[in-house]
Amino acid sequence: MLLSAKPSFAPVGGFNFENVRRNAMLEEQMSGQGFKAPKARKTGTTIAGIIFKDGVILGADTRATDDMVVADKNCMKIHHIAPNIYCCGAGVAADADVITQMMSSQLQLHALSTGRAARVVTVTRLLKQMLFRYQGRIGASLIVGGYDVTGPHLYSIYPHGSFDKLPYVTMGSGSASAMAVFEDRFKPNMELEEAQRLVQDAITAGIFCDLGSGSNVDLCVISKGSVDILRPFDQPGKRGCKHGQYRYKKGTTAVLTKTVTPIAVELVEETVQRMDTE
Amino acid sequence: MLSAATYGENGKMKDYHYSGPVEHRFSPYTFNGGTVLAVAGEDFAIVASDTRLSEGYSIHSRDSPKCYKLTDRTVIGCSGFHGDCLTLTKIIDARLKMYKHSNNKTMTSGAIAAMLSTILYSRRFFPYYVYNIIGGLDEEGRGAVYSFDPVGSYQRDTYKAGGSASAMLQPLLDNQIGFKNMENVEHLPLSQEKAVQLVKDVFISAAERDVYTGDALRICIVTKDGIKEDTIPLRKD
Repeated sequence: MLLSAKPSFAPVGGFNFENVRRNAMLEEQMSGQGFKAPKARKTGTTIAGIIFKDGVILGADTRATDDMVVADKNCMKIHHIAPNIYCCGAGVAADADVITQMMSSQLQLHALSTGRAARVVTVTRLLKQMLFRYQGRIGASLIVGGYDVTGPHLYSIYPHGSFDKLPYVTMGSGSASAMAVFEDRFKPNMELEEAQRLVQDAITAGIFCDLGSGSNVDLCVISKGSVDILRPFDQPGKRGCKHGQYRYKKGTTAVLTKTVTPIAVELVEETVQRMDTE
Repeated sequence: MLSAATYGENGKMKDYHYSGPVEHRFSPYTFNGGTVLAVAGEDFAIVASDTRLSEGYSIHSRDSPKCYKLTDRTVIGCSGFHGDCLTLTKIIDARLKMYKHSNNKTMTSGAIAAMLSTILYSRRFFPYYVYNIIGGLDEEGRGAVYSFDPVGSYQRDTYKAGGSASAMLQPLLDNQIGFKNMENVEHLPLSQEKAVQLVKDVFISAAERDVYTGDALRICIVTKDGIKEDTIPLRKD
C-alpha cells in the first residue's frame, strides 16, 4: 500500500538531500573495505583579478582536471553574472558553474524589482550568504569583478563564505604563483595595456608552475559601459607537433556482423553545428 | 570544520558523517610523477622518459631524467618515488661493479633483470616504490625490454610503458607496435627511425592529458655501437 497518496513527480528546484543518509551509510561500510566515495571534478586553476585605471580585469586559465588527468583543455572559467559583472570560479567545477548561474538569475530579478542597475556588492552579499548557509559544502572559490554605478569593484569569496575587497586578488591551486607576480608589479591606476600584461603574466606563472592549471589565458576587461571577453588572450601552452600519421585505412576495424535496415525518412529541416575540437 | 548537523527523531542532534576512529600516519612514500617507456627492435632498444619531477601540485625540477645508464648495452628507466629511484640505481651500480670484479665480465641485460628482481623482492615488506623498465641488447645483439612491478615480478616484453601516463601510452603502443585490434594491416618489422618517431609522438600526446608528464623527453637509443642520447622539448604547462 502506498504510504503517500500523491507521489511527487514535479521537479523541485535547489538541492536534493534524499541521498545524504544513504551516502553516509555507504561511506561507513565502504571505508572498512578500503573503497572511497567518488570525488567531484575540480578545476585545479589559476584565477586572478585587478582594478586598473578604467575598470576591472579578470583572468583565468582553461584547464579542468579529473584527479590528475586533464579532463578539459579549454574550459570557460569566467562566468557572466550581469552585463557589467563577471565572476571567475575555482574549486569544484559544478559548484562554480551552478552557483554563478543561480546568482545571475537572482540578480536579474533583483534589478527588475528595485528598478536599479545591478551592483557588484549585491552579488557578493548573495554569494557569501549562500556559501555560508552551506557551511563550505559548496566548494566554490570565486573572484567577482564589475563596474557599476559606484565605480569598479573586485571581491574574492571563499567556500565558507568569507570575502575580501581588494585591488588585486588571486584564487585556486595556482594562486601562490599568480600572487607572486602581482606583489612584484602591481601599481594602482595602471593603464589598460600594462594591466592586461600583468594579469596575463600572473596567469601564465600559474600555468607553468602549477600542475592543476594549464593551456590558455582568458581575459575579461570590464570598464564603464563596455565588456571585452578575450578568449583566448594568449596560448603559452602549445600543443606539440606529431611527426607520424595515425590515420587508419577503411577495413582496419574488424566487422563481425552487418545488418541493414532501411528507414524511410523525409528531410524537413537541416541545421549544422560545429563542435569545438581545439 | 563544523558539520551541518540535523535533528533526529528522538530530538537529539544527528551527525550524518562517518565519525569513527581516524588514524593519522607519517607516510614514508610520496609520488614524484614521471613516465618511462621502452621499445625493443631487431638490433636496437629505446628507453625514453620525461624529465619532470613533481610533488602534489608543484614542480621540483624540469630537468630530472628518469633513464639511468647501467652498462654499455643496458639502460634502466625508473619512475615513482624519486628517493627510492636514486637508492635503487646506486645499489644496482654497486652490484654491477661487484659482479665485474669477481667475474671479470660485464653483466648481460637478462642477468641484470634477474638480479633486480631479487633486489626488489628482498624488500617485499617495505617495497621500493619504483616502477622499473630495463631496455638493452641481449647476448645475441637483439633488443630486449624487461618490465617490473614494485616488488620484483618481471617479464621480457617487446614494448612497455610505466609510470603516471602508462595507462595512456600502453594501448597506443599495443596498437602501433603490436598491431592489436587491426585487420588487413601489413606487419612490418619496426625500424629504428619509426620507433623513435613513435616514442616522440606518444609522449607529446601523454603530455597533453597527464599533468605529471611534460617539460622535456629524454630518449636513449641502445645499439651495438653504444648508447645515444637525445632530448626534445615537451609542453611545460
